[in-house]
Amino acid sequence: MVKNKMHLEFDSKSENESFARVAVAAFCTRLDPTIEEIADIKTAVSEAVTNCVVHGYEGKEGTITIECSIQDDWVTVLVHDDGVGIENINKAMEPLYTSKPELERSGMGFSFMEAFMDELEVDSKIGYGTTVIMKKRIGVINK
Amino acid sequence: MDYIYMITEDRMIISLNADLDHHLADEIREVIDKIIDERGVKYIIFDFSKISFMDSAGIGLIMGRYKKIRGIGKIAVVGVNPSIERILQISGLHKIVKEYPDVAQAAKKMQEAKV
Repeated sequence: MVKNKMHLEFDSKSENESFARVAVAAFCTRLDPTIEEIADIKTAVSEAVTNCVVHGYEGKEGTITIECSIQDDWVTVLVHDDGVGIENINKAMEPLYTSKPELERSGMGFSFMEAFMDELEVDSKIGYGTTVIMKKRIGVINK
Repeated sequence: MDYIYMITEDRMIISLNADLDHHLADEIREVIDKIIDERGVKYIIFDFSKISFMDSAGIGLIMGRYKKIRGIGKIAVVGVNPSIERILQISGLHKIVKEYPDVAQAAKKMQEAKV
């Protein structure tokens, strides 16, 4: 059984989005993922972290936390912010819905997380922040 | 530089050198729009050949420019790798934006369409 975990904490700044997705992708490489699987994880993490920066903290200061763990062939990525929270999670998860059309958000963030990962769970409370937990099984095609 | 742009008459080529995420999209959006307005750009080519990553922020950026020049011009993407191709397909963007292997072919097709 392969078991490993890591924890990241960084400022809510857009320049940290690339750091976050690359760090998670690098952590997952020990599972020997395909290029496509790595691209999937990078996209999902990028969407989740961007949501924290744009929606959670609305461009203001804050701290984003990522907890990533590997268990057997599953990767679990938790992305958390202590921001404003989501009023209506179902609405937020609708494809093409965005609460910030003026910022040219495409409304595809959650859709991409759902499309590129195997499981997605969103927990949010107004005034307390949002936690996104995503899971993906690596190497399914080869097994 | 995270991106380089080149303008020839009413055509603008944007060569991306860094992942197209929310950070870069925010940075180049205003630059592109200012040039569209000031220089009368109608044809935009996004060159992805040097990068391998784009997320939904890239979709927002391309979609926004599409809306801006819709009816008077066109947008093309070139040098797209399989990962970015999937993003274009899933988002449906491939239906409104033409895709070419490289800048030269995109420029040629756009020029032909004008005549």
